[in-house]
Amino acid sequence: MKRISKDNYKSYVFQKMPKSSHFKNMFWAFVVGGTICTIGQGFIELYKIWFDVQMATALASASLVLLAGILTGLGVYDNIGRFAGAGSTIPITGFSNAIVSPALEFRAEGYIYGLGAKLFQVAGPVIVNGVAVSVLVGVLYVIFGGLF
Amino acid sequence: MDLLVFVKAFLVGGAICTIGQVIINFTHLTNGKILVLFLVVGAVLETFGLYGKLVDFAGAGASVPISGFGSSLVRGAIKGAKEGGLIGAIKGGLAETSLGISVAIVSGYLVAIFCKPKTKKR
Repeated sequence: MKRISKDNYKSYVFQKMPKSSHFKNMFWAFVVGGTICTIGQGFIELYKIWFDVQMATALASASLVLLAGILTGLGVYDNIGRFAGAGSTIPITGFSNAIVSPALEFRAEGYIYGLGAKLFQVAGPVIVNGVAVSVLVGVLYVIFGGLF
Repeated sequence: MDLLVFVKAFLVGGAICTIGQVIINFTHLTNGKILVLFLVVGAVLETFGLYGKLVDFAGAGASVPISGFGSSLVRGAIKGAKEGGLIGAIKGGLAETSLGISVAIVSGYLVAIFCKPKTKKR
């Protein structure tokens, strides 16, 4: 690789970074996010052989969660995440990564308060907010059922 | 098998992630906040029956992003409300998404036991 001085490098980074990074980020988010969803669609088509569409969809998401969990354990998913940004965060695989990653890291602090607690570092807020919204909507539906 | 379903899944899923990337680029929100934001947006859209239509159209392109998780929660709550009134409304959301959550927790536990933390490449 070519050697460049610190100052050269700085100006090089400033030249390159602001212009290209937005579009590059967006491009990779689109490609990686789209690819993960396409794999999910593959799982749906597979499970549709045995189940109805709704169950196939749920099973496809669960399969992606499992797959991403294993890839996180092998250290692969975080390397994808480095360039894919939101493309690897927003799919359900990013949720899985957010569960497995801190669980791995904090296992050294014990299985109860280390692994058991840190597992929910990101998943906790997601589940708490999600369940809160779902109960709110459900209760509103019971009260104002006819209006929906 | 129709190839079009894969194209739709790719385009819609990619588009949702691109929207997320644009938000990250301009606001620098952390991953957790982005996940919660998309989850709530999906849940609200499902409340008005809109996200379900997107899932019908794009399949995994709409169900795999975390907004699909939010929409499943609300779909379950509404289904529960229809079938079991108030009790159904309270338990419906988690009941609908229990498969994914349980798999995520158990796989997280198992992976953490059997794998070692990797030093991230910078």
